[in-house]
Amino acid sequence: MQAILALEDGRVFRGKGYGAKGECSGEVVFNTSITGYQEIFTDPSYAGQMVVLTNPEIGNYGTNPEDSESQRPYIEGLIVREFSKVSSNWRSQQVTDEFMEQFRIPVLADIDTRALVRHLRDNGVMRGVISTLEDDTDKLVAKARAIPKMDGQDLAKVVSTNHTYVWETGERSHLPDEVVGVRDDPARFHVVAYDFGIKQNILRKLRGEGCKVTVVPAQTTAEDVLALKPDGVFLSNGPGDPEPCTYAVDNIRRLMGRQPIFGICLGHQIAGIALGGKTFKLKFGHHGGNHPVKQLSSGKIEITAHNHNFAVDPDSLPQSEVELTHMDLNDNTLEGMRHRNLPLFTVQYHPEAAPGPHDSHYLFKDFVKMMEECKR
Amino acid sequence: MPKRTDISKILILGSGPIVIGQSAEFDYSGTQACKALKSEGFEVVLANSNPATIMTDPESADRTYIEPLTREYLEEIIRVERELAPSAGFAILPTVGGQTALNLAIELADGGVLEKYNVILIGAQISAIKKAEDRLFFKDAMQRIGLDVPKSALVNNLKDGVEFAGKIGFPVIIRPSFTLGGTGGGIAYNREELMEVLARGLDLSPAHECLIEESVLGWKEYELEVMRDTKDNVIIICSIENFDPMGVHTGDSITVAPAQTLTDREYQVMRDAAIAVIREIGVETGGSNIQFGVNPSTGRMVVIEMNPRVSRSSALASKATGFPIAKIAAKLAVGYTLDEIPNDITRKTPACFEPTLDYVVVKIPKWQFEKFPGADESLGPQMKSVGEVMAIGRTFKEALLKGVRALDTGKKVGSEKIEPKILTQRLVTPHPERLTYVRYALRQGHTIKQIAKMTSIDPWFLYQLKEINDMQLELEKHPMESVPTEVLREAKRMGFSDGRLAGTWRLDGKGGQEKVRHFRKKHGVKPVYKRVDTCAAEFESFTPYLYSTYEEEDEAAPTAKKKVVILGSGPNRIGQGIEFDYCCCHASYALREDGYETIMINCNPETVSTDYDTSDRLYFEPLTLEDVFAICEHEASAGAPVGVIVQFGGQTPLNLSLPLKAAGVNIIGTTPESIDLAEDRKRFGKLLEELDIPQAPGAMVASVEEAVEAAKKIGFPVLVRPSYVLGGRAMVIAYDEDTIQQYMKQAVEYSQDRPVLIDRFLEDAIEVDVDALSDGEDVVIGGIMQHIEEAGIHSGDSSCVLPAVDIPAPLLTRMRDYTFKLARALKVIGLMNVQFAIPRGHGHKGNGHHEPIVYVLEVNPRASRTVPFVSKATGVPMAKIAARLMIGRKLREFLPENIERGTDLDTGRCFFVKSPVFPWSKFPGVDTVLGPEMRSTGEVMGVADNFGEAFAKAQIAAGQKLPIKGTVFISVTDHDKPAMVEVAHRFVDMGFKLVATHGTADILEESGLGVERVYKVKEGRPNAVDLIKADRIQLIVNTPHGPDPYFDEKAIRRAAVTARITTITTLSAARAAAEGIAALLRGEVRVQALQALHAERVAAK
Ligand SMILES: Nc1ncnc2c1ncn2[C@@H]1O[C@H](COP(=O)(O)OP(=O)(O)O)[C@@H](O)[C@H]1O
Ligand SMILES: Nc1ncnc2c1ncn2[C@@H]1O[C@H](COP(=O)(O)OP(=O)(O)O)[C@@H](O)[C@H]1O
Ligand SMILES: [Mg+2]
Ligand SMILES: [Mg+2]
Repeated sequence: MQAILALEDGRVFRGKGYGAKGECSGEVVFNTSITGYQEIFTDPSYAGQMVVLTNPEIGNYGTNPEDSESQRPYIEGLIVREFSKVSSNWRSQQVTDEFMEQFRIPVLADIDTRALVRHLRDNGVMRGVISTLEDDTDKLVAKARAIPKMDGQDLAKVVSTNHTYVWETGERSHLPDEVVGVRDDPARFHVVAYDFGIKQNILRKLRGEGCKVTVVPAQTTAEDVLALKPDGVFLSNGPGDPEPCTYAVDNIRRLMGRQPIFGICLGHQIAGIALGGKTFKLKFGHHGGNHPVKQLSSGKIEITAHNHNFAVDPDSLPQSEVELTHMDLNDNTLEGMRHRNLPLFTVQYHPEAAPGPHDSHYLFKDFVKMMEECKR
Repeated sequence: MPKRTDISKILILGSGPIVIGQSAEFDYSGTQACKALKSEGFEVVLANSNPATIMTDPESADRTYIEPLTREYLEEIIRVERELAPSAGFAILPTVGGQTALNLAIELADGGVLEKYNVILIGAQISAIKKAEDRLFFKDAMQRIGLDVPKSALVNNLKDGVEFAGKIGFPVIIRPSFTLGGTGGGIAYNREELMEVLARGLDLSPAHECLIEESVLGWKEYELEVMRDTKDNVIIICSIENFDPMGVHTGDSITVAPAQTLTDREYQVMRDAAIAVIREIGVETGGSNIQFGVNPSTGRMVVIEMNPRVSRSSALASKATGFPIAKIAAKLAVGYTLDEIPNDITRKTPACFEPTLDYVVVKIPKWQFEKFPGADESLGPQMKSVGEVMAIGRTFKEALLKGVRALDTGKKVGSEKIEPKILTQRLVTPHPERLTYVRYALRQGHTIKQIAKMTSIDPWFLYQLKEINDMQLELEKHPMESVPTEVLREAKRMGFSDGRLAGTWRLDGKGGQEKVRHFRKKHGVKPVYKRVDTCAAEFESFTPYLYSTYEEEDEAAPTAKKKVVILGSGPNRIGQGIEFDYCCCHASYALREDGYETIMINCNPETVSTDYDTSDRLYFEPLTLEDVFAICEHEASAGAPVGVIVQFGGQTPLNLSLPLKAAGVNIIGTTPESIDLAEDRKRFGKLLEELDIPQAPGAMVASVEEAVEAAKKIGFPVLVRPSYVLGGRAMVIAYDEDTIQQYMKQAVEYSQDRPVLIDRFLEDAIEVDVDALSDGEDVVIGGIMQHIEEAGIHSGDSSCVLPAVDIPAPLLTRMRDYTFKLARALKVIGLMNVQFAIPRGHGHKGNGHHEPIVYVLEVNPRASRTVPFVSKATGVPMAKIAARLMIGRKLREFLPENIERGTDLDTGRCFFVKSPVFPWSKFPGVDTVLGPEMRSTGEVMGVADNFGEAFAKAQIAAGQKLPIKGTVFISVTDHDKPAMVEVAHRFVDMGFKLVATHGTADILEESGLGVERVYKVKEGRPNAVDLIKADRIQLIVNTPHGPDPYFDEKAIRRAAVTARITTITTLSAARAAAEGIAALLRGEVRVQALQALHAERVAAK
């Protein structure tokens, strides 16, 4: 099966098609993680995006139920160099190709992904279309131009849960004969988590740290949240542009100071706006598992997982209220901040990892500590 | 944290001679460390006994000691250095010199030397080293941090070992503490095996202890390369997955980066473990290598070991990622933190990150069992390979196939001879040929399931091999002309070489490859070059570190600068080792200075030449006609002139010179025709006649009959060998017809359908190596090296001394004269090496005093193994000058006096002795006698102002202890007996007792020496071997008796190796040993810094 990728600027890549037949479109971004493709597929933050993986060998270890970050894949399409037709891993239950087909995700393989990545790096992320049906590239380029830009799109409310639910289970070791973490100790805190496209490992982590988590829809009002009598509020990651999420900004403004708040990724950006800051779009974003982030207080470096196209402009934040806590060493993007006198801190990157290094797990403990202090 | 200011002087410990398990990678790491620390303004002192290394170049360090790496000599170096700077902050960096350096550091610490001279360790502290290296401490540490390890017990005697094995059940792994490359390790499937392996292990372990361990054979094996800084930032540079599962030493496994079959969860757990390990062991700064085993069906993960230093794998990881581990490790050791060091490749981003790959890297080991008949060829926990290649491709398949052709085996893929009968055995028992047999099995239609069951190789890898096989079958369906372009492109993308395609399409002979090349170009199937950039293109890269692949976009647009392409030497192997890498690097340095863009092509990850900043451009590619020619074409495409140097990389590039030239490539320096002439027996013979230079009578033959015929005509003994091989591969000395018959039968396999040479074997002749520089008109001799062992023992295997010690002046003059003539006749531009043999008149008929004849053995119009040695001895960088001659500069610019006075390069007041190092301990059962076939893996140098001391130092450096008292066992050929007497007297005068076998004893007694007689092994007991085992003998002088050494001597030499008793197999070496011992008895331990020696010489002028 042949497949074509057409970009809005007219660049075209021809390759082989796997997964689902058909057509898909979205903003094309690249991710440099070596491992964790299943987590990437199923990360709701990728709604509206097609992902190029720089690791050329994808699908090798298949897919399994434990490693998904949500109910289904959210990427619109996948672009790889080599797509494995078999899977080899003791946990694998489905060959990646079948997995993608089952969830109707087209895969474009066998193209010069490095050339594509360099193109995106130099020209910035852009819209594109993958088709296994259409052969007329002009038509496809036209389609790519026709799809809505990511800027200004509120995708959080699209991917968010439509009902409130409670998350029960913490992290589980994938190792069979390992006893740790098979049971979760009783929850000591109640956290209400705003679902802007939340990754399940965040929920597992919070539960693992002794929190009962109630997940609520993106547009839940501050009052309804407070009515749940939480010990803390969590602002999740999610897709799209933070600016249009004005409802979330208002709710957070109203929760600030009344609840300990911890935010990740989109949650961090929305908090930034709520604190009076501005967000802007990065040329090609941060997507990968190897970003060095400096903790400004200690000078220590964490290797962290990133997945963001937007960032908060540090200069736009009121220095008097907001302390910058984390910086990306590659390009000095703001990666973390906290309020100087209110119980609120957020990070732009992904301490829950999945996929990615675990260097930043401590942040979940910090959140619990913050709730403890506020409880007293 | 910025640079430490409490240190100003740093002593870097090298790893000594190249041995199996500790190879060129430590020249790479040591050189990087020297450069890094020097550029930070530290006073760098280097100790390494290996003269073939780049790190021992006078420029690399402020003071370079080419001295034995033993406690005594190190203490002396430290004493001298301390005296030079009584109050300086003085540190030792022991983490870039392999196991040797770590063990030395421990000895120096335990021996109180560090304390005495107030020297500190940086990089790793003793406690950390011991914790990591002592297998038991290590396991305790792992359990403390909750990590799983194979069950085990440390034993120091057989009984305990057998008992414990009984508890955990067979098979068990036996691993001696503190040995390199798992020397002495093994797997025992039953009690008997255990007794044998354990006994050997205990003997080889410096600590006389072994670990008996639960077997995790067949598990997946992984390695992580970890770095840590003083602020406790820890990063993983690279993950490596072994294609061959647990049970095959990582050094003998095909390995793949990054890991291919781990999910993120599993990988991150391994990452967390690695970080926990480096913290627990307490390696403060620098790189470590941590190995894991993973149960393929349950995921249970165990820690196998940690190396608290840079290692073979970190060299591989550096080349695989573009992240210079050793360089960064050195900077971390002096206080920098990872975030303070920039990433050279991206410039804008810091070194504090984890490299990500958008390609696949495959490393394949190279073995040379053909050189060690009788050795056990199966692969296990002990490393046996002598070198390795690395290949980069966009997929595993492409990288693997590139790697296979980079191995330079001389055999075509598919043409290997397969014995179907042993298929199962080859699949089940790891063996160098396993990959070939897996290919065969797939072709025979075995399923992946079946093969996986037999090999325990991960099915994903096997599936990749199957896809390659399927493509092979697809290709066989069409003749070339009608193969669909898509299939062709697909095949090239998979890594199929033109050669293999030609074979597939039956386009045999020379033209075949070419046909394929033209055909594919016609259809626009051409390689492009992509960059290794540490970041998968996320950031711009400023270093052209390149690999070829069949993709859309090329990232290596050639520049308009005039260029020189230098062909490297490929995988390390016996006879073609690090010396050639030294020459390639020097050529690159020199021509860079001269304003050329230098372009290196090589596929050996262990080397300095494949460091991305050695040359302006690095192509990490196989050294085959296809790959090299493609690069030459690509580089020429911008129109700038391109010259190619084939002279420095040993035989591998030489074999390419004619085809390259035929394809229109501009080879600079000595012409391929001259090179060919020198290798071509007939034409070269004629040339020698014209120049009237004697050569051992010989002939060139193709058939058994011819061979026998010729041998009879020439007269036995004769030396038989294939033409065109380096390192005297597959040579024998034949004393009779049968030997020739046998030889000719298998000769075909190696001689690569070139004829076989038969020469009169010159007995009892002094051999001499001469290295010279020539620009076609003027010639300067770099050095005339007198071999200690006589002709018949490969030049690479015999010790030699510079300057010559007892060759009469007229003979030296004659050799100079011959060398000049040859250089001019061959129009040599660059380097030339000539080997001479001078039969020692005695034993000849007639009235004895006729002028000895100087025979030419061979001429190599190229860099030779001894170039680095001579350069270190003379202080003249011969390879650099040679490179400059090749671009048209004249010898007069560099060495005017020598040309005027017709003198050789000056060696000053010192003697320089080079001695070989052999891998016997890796190959139990192999006879250790020396012959015309090279078997040494490395070399050392001894320097002193008298020959004896220099020789003694070289011996010590080579691990051969020369005793200063005790008993010498002597058993020599009749022919050696007369001369032996005088040497025996010297031993007695020095207080030694003598033991001898009858024949020898008779002569010695006649000369009035007291001798204890022993039986030969087959005569009765007590025999020589009994005495050796009973520690009654400290030195052995045993020269082979004529044609085929008796079982006797083999037994003696073997026993000696196990008992670590120095065995001398030639008379001349015996003389040298006597002098050496005399020097030791004088008792002085003196060291010389190379720079001081050179300065002294300049001053003298
Ligand atoms: N318990 C074991 N069971 C099976 N194979 C093992 C075991 N331990 C080590 N090995 C094999 O032996 C090799 C060498 O062991 P290692 O501890 O790495 O020693 P070295 O210091 O020589 O690298 C490993 O690469 C692995 O393949
Ligand atoms: N005619 C000969 N008589 C005695 N020894 C010889 C003769 N030819 C070669 N040898 C021995 O064999 C060794 C290897 O031969 P050489 O021609 O140097 O092959 P290589 O190309 O491997 O260096 C020499 O170093 C020398 O010791
Ligand atoms: Mg190891
Ligand atoms: Mg030779």
